[in-house]
Amino acid sequence: MISIKNLHASIGEKEILRGINLEVKAGEVHAIMGPNGSGKSTLSSVLAGREDYNVTEGTVTFNGKNLLDLSPEDRAREGLFLAFQYPVEIPGVSNINFLRTALNEIRKYHGHEEMPAKDFLALVKDKSKLVELDSKLASRGVNEGFSGGEKKRNEIFQMAMLNPQLAILDETDSGLDIDALRIVANGVNKLKSKDNATILITHYQRLLDYIVPDFVHILYKGRIVKSGGKELALELEAKGYDEIKAQFESLES
Amino acid sequence: MANEILEEHIQNEYKWGFTTDIDADEAPKGLNEDIIRFISAKKNEPEWMLEFRLKAYRNWQNMTEPHWAHVSYAKPNFQDIIYYSAPKPKKELASLDEVDPELLKTFEKLGISIDEQKRLTGVQSNIAVDIVFDSVSVKTTFKETLAEKGIIFCSFSEAVQDHPDLVKKYMGMVVPPTDNFYAALNSAVFTDGSFCYIPKGVRSPMELSTYFRINASGTGQFERTLIIADEDAFVSYLEGCTAPQRDENQLHAAVVEIITHKNAEVKYSTVQNWYPGDKNGKGGIFNFVTKRGICLEDNSKISWTQVETGSAVTWKYPSVILKGNNSVGEFYSVALTNNYQQADTGTKMIHIGKNTRSTIISKGISAGFSNNSYRGLVQIKKGASNARNFSQCDSLLMGDKCGAHTFPYIEIKDKTAVVEHEATTSKIGEDQLFYCKQRGIDNEKAIGLIVNGYCKEVLNKLPMEFAVEAQKLLAISLEGSVG
Ligand SMILES: Nc1ncnc2c1ncn2[C@@H]1O[C@H](COP(=O)(O)OP(=O)(O)OP(=O)(O)O)[C@@H](O)[C@H]1O
Ligand SMILES: [Mg+2]
Repeated sequence: MISIKNLHASIGEKEILRGINLEVKAGEVHAIMGPNGSGKSTLSSVLAGREDYNVTEGTVTFNGKNLLDLSPEDRAREGLFLAFQYPVEIPGVSNINFLRTALNEIRKYHGHEEMPAKDFLALVKDKSKLVELDSKLASRGVNEGFSGGEKKRNEIFQMAMLNPQLAILDETDSGLDIDALRIVANGVNKLKSKDNATILITHYQRLLDYIVPDFVHILYKGRIVKSGGKELALELEAKGYDEIKAQFESLES
Repeated sequence: MANEILEEHIQNEYKWGFTTDIDADEAPKGLNEDIIRFISAKKNEPEWMLEFRLKAYRNWQNMTEPHWAHVSYAKPNFQDIIYYSAPKPKKELASLDEVDPELLKTFEKLGISIDEQKRLTGVQSNIAVDIVFDSVSVKTTFKETLAEKGIIFCSFSEAVQDHPDLVKKYMGMVVPPTDNFYAALNSAVFTDGSFCYIPKGVRSPMELSTYFRINASGTGQFERTLIIADEDAFVSYLEGCTAPQRDENQLHAAVVEIITHKNAEVKYSTVQNWYPGDKNGKGGIFNFVTKRGICLEDNSKISWTQVETGSAVTWKYPSVILKGNNSVGEFYSVALTNNYQQADTGTKMIHIGKNTRSTIISKGISAGFSNNSYRGLVQIKKGASNARNFSQCDSLLMGDKCGAHTFPYIEIKDKTAVVEHEATTSKIGEDQLFYCKQRGIDNEKAIGLIVNGYCKEVLNKLPMEFAVEAQKLLAISLEGSVG
């Protein structure tokens, strides 16, 4: 599905990603962990096409296409979805209107007609149930005045509505209470299929109890320094990053 | 980066910029008493009207152009303007068939129906339109239907002929000819506009509107609108305007007066889309307008809603004098400037009566190299006990080459007054744009969404059809050749 090879990216003079290699296949769940500032959000932003970053080296292939050649909106239309670590507020634009625009833009890209209003509303009803999103939130401005947890839940609601092939969830678990975490994780599990894939960025093993990853990667100073199965997350939880940090200290920053 | 995207958007296209090839009956260039007599004679005006004009002209000669607004432009050469231009033939039109087919085509292109059977923009609506083409009103629709209710809706020129008592009584009541430089000029040379009188106890069964079109080159448009709502009357009035794309600057100096009697209400909505000039700031309309209403008696209400996207330079402060007790004044405004446009706009709320209330919501959007200023005065006179005002002035910046300024003036002479003022300035967020794009929405649509969301409080105040138009207009005004 996505194949990242030797990806380097920098902002200004500062190199943040320093040779990322990652291969994600349909049906898989990958978890990326790593200390603060190691480049996890940067990786997701670069994949989504944020223009502040310069890709200086490497390739990314997404469903056979050169992802780095596509505009951010075309990446989204091709089925890449990013649940933001810090979802953005768009005052005055209702969630519903926003999603309808998004959904129809994606459909248009694939040569489909706009979704009839009736079907759209049925979809909203169905998907908001999935993440137990209060129907009032669906009609409010996009993330406008939402609590931290509500914003995260809204990201998953949008993901459910847009039905992406590859979803990158950037710390969607942080800021969620225990019940919300379970609901969101449940939602993600229900949306999982053999045709789509998920990259979970998280600091906490707890999320991985609910959404069991096939692979866990540790990102440190812009590189994936260790990969393994779900037990790697447990190990990290127990030992912290000291060992990793000691081992890779030499990576100049 | 952000700037690149925005720069693409700054190259907007004006879609109403065509001209109509039509024979015009024009006054010679320049301004003097003879020209004023010429205009007055063309309109077959009574002596008192000519006197009003001449008095205003003599006043104007002793006045100087105001310079306090935060705008700069080359002072118009008042001797280089044609003050009267009317499409020929200028005779009373008995039926639509007599309207020049070129004119009909023009209005079709603009999406305005002068055919009463057809409705504006296809939406099920009921709107009477007065159409002013350069210096004259060419057609007023639904006149008969309205007359059945006693509503007078006609061109200003007709009102002078047919309802001289009403015109004499109210004209200049709110904006006296000595009010300011451009109001004085207008009073001297105004050519046409709309007149509207809603009698006691009548709610207008339809929206009334005037569509202004500048067509001829070298002309100025000086229209005058007078709206009177008698006791317990209500009317919602709309105003729209466009002009051809020209390299020259054309002057538009209008006067609008609104008078509400006891328990009456007037809701006045404008979508101002005069030609803004090209992307290098060449050409465009100078829009110097005086709009003011008076809540003359108790419990009356005047509400201004404006969406300003056009004109090279705008200087405009729709205001309300709250004279009657418990009267209400409102001002809802969206002003968008792009490229080299300049707008200095806002309102004045003058509280005189007791328990008077006013609300000001202003949303400025600046893009390109433009300058957008809000200027507002809230004045609470002595004795205006328990007056209330709430003002909110928000500015949205797109890019870093434009400017947004807020000049709120507050004068309180009564201790019981409560005046609240809030102001914010924000930038259209790179984050917001990226968020939209990540959901599959392209830059252009994203900007449209964000801007419309930002203006929602104001757009919600517009009548339905107008709101739809205004939303599109805002998007188009920011739209560019996205590569
Ligand atoms: N716009 C920017 N300008 C300068 N430095 C930046 C910018 N964006 C990111 N960085 C730096 O890049 C590094 C990686 O940041 P990133 O947000 O990717 O980390 P992260 O792994 O997601 O951290 P966290 O776990 O705290 O979310 C940090 O040192 C950060 O300060
Ligand atoms: Mg992060």
